[in-house]
Amino acid sequence: MNILLRGREIKNLWKLKTYTDNGGYEGLKKALSMKPSEVIDVVKASGLRGRGGAGFPTGVKWSFIPQSEPYKYVAVNADESETGTFKDREIMETNPHQLIEGALICAYAIQATAVYIYLRGEFWDVGHALDERIEEARKAGFAFDNIAGSGWSCPVYTHLGAGAYICGEESALLNSLEGKLGQPRVRPPFPAQKGGGLYGEATVVNNVETITNVPWIMTNGADEFKKIGTEQSAGTKVFCVSGHVEKPGNYELPLGITMRELLYTHAGGIKGGKQIKGILPSGGSGPVMRVNGNDDPILDTKLSYEDMAKAGSILGSASIIVMDETVDMTWVASKVTQFFKHESCGKCTPCREGTYWLDKVLDRIMADEAELSDIDLINNVAKNMAGVTLCALGDFAANPVIHTIKNYPDDFKQHIKSKAAVAPKKVAAAGD
Amino acid sequence: MAIAEKYAKQIEKTFSKYPDKRSAVMPLLYIAQEEYGWVSPEGIQEVADLCEMDSTQVKSIAGFYTMYSEQPKGKFWLQVCTDLACALCGADEYFEALKQELGVGNGETTEDGMFTVEHVMCLAACDKAPMLQCNFHYKEKLDKAKIPEMLAELREEAKK
Repeated sequence: MNILLRGREIKNLWKLKTYTDNGGYEGLKKALSMKPSEVIDVVKASGLRGRGGAGFPTGVKWSFIPQSEPYKYVAVNADESETGTFKDREIMETNPHQLIEGALICAYAIQATAVYIYLRGEFWDVGHALDERIEEARKAGFAFDNIAGSGWSCPVYTHLGAGAYICGEESALLNSLEGKLGQPRVRPPFPAQKGGGLYGEATVVNNVETITNVPWIMTNGADEFKKIGTEQSAGTKVFCVSGHVEKPGNYELPLGITMRELLYTHAGGIKGGKQIKGILPSGGSGPVMRVNGNDDPILDTKLSYEDMAKAGSILGSASIIVMDETVDMTWVASKVTQFFKHESCGKCTPCREGTYWLDKVLDRIMADEAELSDIDLINNVAKNMAGVTLCALGDFAANPVIHTIKNYPDDFKQHIKSKAAVAPKKVAAAGD
Repeated sequence: MAIAEKYAKQIEKTFSKYPDKRSAVMPLLYIAQEEYGWVSPEGIQEVADLCEMDSTQVKSIAGFYTMYSEQPKGKFWLQVCTDLACALCGADEYFEALKQELGVGNGETTEDGMFTVEHVMCLAACDKAPMLQCNFHYKEKLDKAKIPEMLAELREEAKK
């Protein structure tokens, strides 16, 4: 069932007329007939959770905005930069008006001054097309002045980033929008609080996929939305499947389907009939799941926020990267570490220095020039990065190292020179 | 001509989006890059004047983001994604083949000033790997056997 990728069923859904012929902007009209607080109640009741990765309840986030403040903002996070994530791009390309409509419903609910959609700079074409869609919505009376004849007005603007993963982190995104370096802020105050958001005003920051669910919820009601998915994870999710599968792509499915169903029924199974070795279920930043071939019961794990946590990983943004039996997981750790080394913004020392040293030692391991103690060394460096930085990037960068070493010790050991000759040296673990 | 005159309308529209002039620094840097081919010292100064910022602050913004080029680039800026998901599908081999075909290393420009090649992090097109970004437009599902063909097409495009 498609709430977000409806553009696959309805041809030319990106056109305003096609969109309105198929119920478009009805959710906004319905919201405008209600009190703003009632709109928040509907979103709260739906159980919608943030699709950017954290899974925070959306309606609860909106309710944090102090209504008495004269200036408030909505910032839509379209920075989509996690390795393996490509869902927001398809949503914006094929169903852009539903995003605009959702952003305006959110803006009405919190009585916002303006909406900014922050796209990663590489979405150059997507951003310029979105500008045209916003202009069409404005001309049709669905954006900017006197929206749908309600007397309420709110402008919608796009803002292009310029290549920085960190700007997907909400406080760095706000800094970037303000024309400052895209680096995270100290919290509290949080973006939803006065002093913590855009231009110092209370701001809702939501992911594209989260916001695009909202018009459907307004039109069909919170109860209908709750019928989809699991008790704690309502609705559908766009799963981005990449790597060693026959049919990589986006799959919008109810939350709670199993990993097996996603990979084997929908994504066509493992490429070339090979056995599966591992999954990064949340791009580079989440803990890797060890899978011992295509019959491993771990593949029956349900894809929901709660079940993935129970399985020792996270659902995150559901960017599922699949690796077959031929992949050396040391190489995976090294690739992902290169990513985080490049994307560390440099503000916090543990992340800036830690990613540099992890990369350096992993290079040595990949060149088969390392000692056994180097594995303990990088494990120790990674553990010292986790939980001690302003944003989650420090933890994200530590994850691929800690969890690949834990789950695939043999992959690391095969790179160690003179394996038998070197006794493992005890290196003090973090916190020791 | 300075960007303030040449792109007056676009700049005015950009400023109208934000309550604070400083927020326009990123869109204006793109305009400067469009005009000069890179974020040159004169471009940085013009953006600083327009946004009422110090040129050092503008330069630090330009240096922070990968899509602003701090040196002149070739006519076609080819940025190949070699991140994990693409690399699982042959992106490293594609990048090697491309460098070899053009006879340049990572970040270098061909002698004729036509192509600059570099590898970049995830571009959110992992289902269409390998892929690259050519002057901010995506080319997807690439095949290293077709590299000469792609480069010939771009050379033709350059003549137009």
